[in-house]
Amino acid sequence: MINAGNPKAAETSVLQTDAGRGAGRLFRRILAAGKGGEREVMKKETLTVSGWTTGDTELRIGFIIVGIVLALGIVSVFYTPHDVYEMNTSLRSQAPSLTHFFGTDNFGRDVFSRAMVGARFTLLVSASTILLATGISILLGLACGYIGGMVDEVVMRIMDAVNSFPSILIALVMVSVLNYGKLTIIPALVIMFIPSFTRIVRTGTLQYKNADFVLSNKVFGDSDLRILFVHILPNIYPLLLSSIVIGLSNAILAESSMSYLGLGIQPPIPSWGRMLKEAQDIIFSTPWAALAPGFMIVMTIVGLNCIGEGLRKKYLS
Amino acid sequence: MRYFVRKVGILVLTLFVISIVTFWLFHIVPGDPAAMMLGTSASQEQLEDLRKELGLDRPMTEQYTDWVGGALHGDFGTSIMYRKPVANLLKGKLSITLILGALALALVIVIGIPLGVFTAGRKHAVSEQILNFLNILGISVPGFFLSILLIWVFGLILHWFAPGRFVTMERDPAGFFRYMIFPAIAIAIPQTCILCKYIRTAVIEEVRADYVRTARSKGSTKNRIMYVHVLKNAIVSVVPLIGMIVSGIFSGSIVIEQVFGIPGIGRLLIASVTSRDYPTVQTLVMYIAIVILIVNFIVDILIQILDPRIRIAR
Amino acid sequence: MTASMDENILEVKHMTITLYEGGTSYKMVNRISFTVGKGEIVGIVGESGCGKSMTALALQDLLKNHIKVTDGSMIFDGKDLRTISAAERREINGNDMTMIFQEPMTSLNPLQRIGTQVGEVLLLHGSHSREEIEKRTLEALQMVGLPDPEKAMRMYPHELSGGMRQRVMIAMGIIARPKLLIADEPTTALDVTTQAHVLELLQEVNRQTGTAVLLISHDLGVINKICSRVLVMYAGKIVEQGRTEDILKNPVHPYTQGLISSIPTRRMKGAPLASIPGRVPPVTEEKPPCPFASRCESADKLCFTEYPGRKTISDEHILWCHHYGTNAE
Repeated sequence: MINAGNPKAAETSVLQTDAGRGAGRLFRRILAAGKGGEREVMKKETLTVSGWTTGDTELRIGFIIVGIVLALGIVSVFYTPHDVYEMNTSLRSQAPSLTHFFGTDNFGRDVFSRAMVGARFTLLVSASTILLATGISILLGLACGYIGGMVDEVVMRIMDAVNSFPSILIALVMVSVLNYGKLTIIPALVIMFIPSFTRIVRTGTLQYKNADFVLSNKVFGDSDLRILFVHILPNIYPLLLSSIVIGLSNAILAESSMSYLGLGIQPPIPSWGRMLKEAQDIIFSTPWAALAPGFMIVMTIVGLNCIGEGLRKKYLS
Repeated sequence: MRYFVRKVGILVLTLFVISIVTFWLFHIVPGDPAAMMLGTSASQEQLEDLRKELGLDRPMTEQYTDWVGGALHGDFGTSIMYRKPVANLLKGKLSITLILGALALALVIVIGIPLGVFTAGRKHAVSEQILNFLNILGISVPGFFLSILLIWVFGLILHWFAPGRFVTMERDPAGFFRYMIFPAIAIAIPQTCILCKYIRTAVIEEVRADYVRTARSKGSTKNRIMYVHVLKNAIVSVVPLIGMIVSGIFSGSIVIEQVFGIPGIGRLLIASVTSRDYPTVQTLVMYIAIVILIVNFIVDILIQILDPRIRIAR
Repeated sequence: MTASMDENILEVKHMTITLYEGGTSYKMVNRISFTVGKGEIVGIVGESGCGKSMTALALQDLLKNHIKVTDGSMIFDGKDLRTISAAERREINGNDMTMIFQEPMTSLNPLQRIGTQVGEVLLLHGSHSREEIEKRTLEALQMVGLPDPEKAMRMYPHELSGGMRQRVMIAMGIIARPKLLIADEPTTALDVTTQAHVLELLQEVNRQTGTAVLLISHDLGVINKICSRVLVMYAGKIVEQGRTEDILKNPVHPYTQGLISSIPTRRMKGAPLASIPGRVPPVTEEKPPCPFASRCESADKLCFTEYPGRKTISDEHILWCHHYGTNAE
């Protein structure tokens, strides 16, 4: 159900940028693309060039959707239309209306407000998961690619083994071993993403290790660390970027699955997965209570997948 | 043949490593299984006795060999939650999950490959956009949400099956499959999308290959080029994905058994993780590991048979 | 040129190949005409990008979807290839007209045994028994000089070297005893000694089976070895054609002269190798009436404003250049 990234596609092709350009420029380009800007990269495409073949359309759709969800999550810190925890028996199971956009649940709580707060926590957990996983993977991947030999062999074998297991199983094992607290879900999910990210960083490192500009810097006496982080790493970002975005969508998928199973973010904090769990039994009478969080999850993941796909088309093909 | 023997060797070795890691993981867990079984009211003496009975007072290596030795004889230890041998708990559950997984895998292959081939031929304009969108949607819908939707629409509104009323295969085979088809669909959809996309890409890539031009130059018909030349090459290039798909199916099945109330090992796993029933979790992890390893083993052999280039390169 | 259909296996007249891209169309090959006589070996020479491969692919209907033959006729064995049905086309391809490609490494199906791939030609054309297919496949592989053909039949492409794979391709090309064999840069991807073997093989095939060969190459040296006649192509046009020895000894068109002077010879050892300045204009570029004008040293205003007419030097030696007859001769 959860696939961290798309290793095959990400590994096969490499975008060649020299070290000087780096990530800042890339991000600017992505932002420009999001606004419908440059389409220079794919111009050589033979047949009619549409936004779908360049990835522009995907990027635009993705940025809009993710922007909305992100805005809802941020706004929820300061303001929600109704109290998230307040139960009001007189307002039980109300259908969506202008006062309650997504209706109310069987306790009379406003589903929209809860979905907003759910967005905040789901995004927070997923983002920190991916951030941590990226950090660890960069260190592991650079080390494996640069040192090679036994270190590489052992680490990559472990990665392959972890990767061949169902991701949910790994998260479950971690949750049960780590003795769950409020944030156990984060390290449990981090493990899922390390193997594929590490592989990408390692492949990139191997590719650039012997590139001319790296070798010339070596001749000038740059230290290994400087070569790794100043010359090699910036070239790997483009490779990693679309996998990170798709990884984020998978993290959200995994987080909501775990929350649905009751092993994610703990109550009373609302999370989309648990909202679905609670609404499951009342779906016949109050379908909106289940459809709303489900819709939010699907939209967010669609948005992120669109961005990931757009980035992949734009920079890796 | 030598290759086969070597592969089996690696398989056994991997299992050994996994068993050590699993065993070690569940023994560094804070908390005393004996205390958990007896609850807070137990006296020190009772605890000591139970520990001795469970063998917890002995060194870890000894405990490990005992566990492996027992497992080889079908003894997986005692469940903390149910106070029953884990082996008894597992009875019937593995087969339910395996049938569910096999059903899902069959759907993925039967739908994914033809759909990928079909859509590869139509790569223009509107159909491409719709396809793109459906594909992203397919991998974006979480299995449990999809399951809830299926239960709502097909169970509660259309009454095609009775949600929550699972029947075993022995009691009512027809009813069993009617119940199982919906969770299988929920598991299969994201994997189908992934496979479909890969097949599509592979076919589009293969159609451009030089050997297809050669085949046309020989005067082959379109169908012959597609089915004799292109499709085989495309399928060979996606065979390595089967391992990933099966692992995805397991992931899906663990969650979706929960939604549909299917008494398989996924549901048992969640229950034992929630109640910290380590011997059961440990056994289930080993079970799933074995299945995954065997599938990967079969995939490896399959690639060997299908792709002559790898046969030599080993 | 006046030879009747009885002597020619292929007569191409005013053939134009057009590339459609981004709503515009570009002529890749512009109204070329040539013939190949029965049992003759004809070469087409020119730099890469001049349209010679497109010509070959057009004859076999192997052009990509956005490239089309838009004008002229291609009469092969009495039938116009532009008007025949798909079924008739399949009957011709592989049976009467076969082709060998530039890339021996990728032109074979990696998952099929050599024997199956070569035998497929017979399987597709006419009804042959399994034993007959096997026997003839073996003969074909033997003829192209594959060591241990029986073993080779059971091998997969990746087990053979590039030269061996090209021999397999040739076996595929001759097994049905075609009337015309098109060889598109058959030696380019091979090393020099293998090149010589493959050329000898083509000549041998021609001699033994009477198969006409249309050899396409960028290398006049290759053409010179086996072709009796040669067409010089530049930017989608034939600029000069004639008997190979005439063309080599007495090249008239400035482009042909440039091509010949850039062949390294023993006599010029030590002297710098001549090359034609500039490059072949891309198809997307607007070209002057004489396509070579922009690179030609003796080009004048006329070359940029008027199409050069056809000029006959001898019965077979023809060229299209404004300057012949005015300051030369």
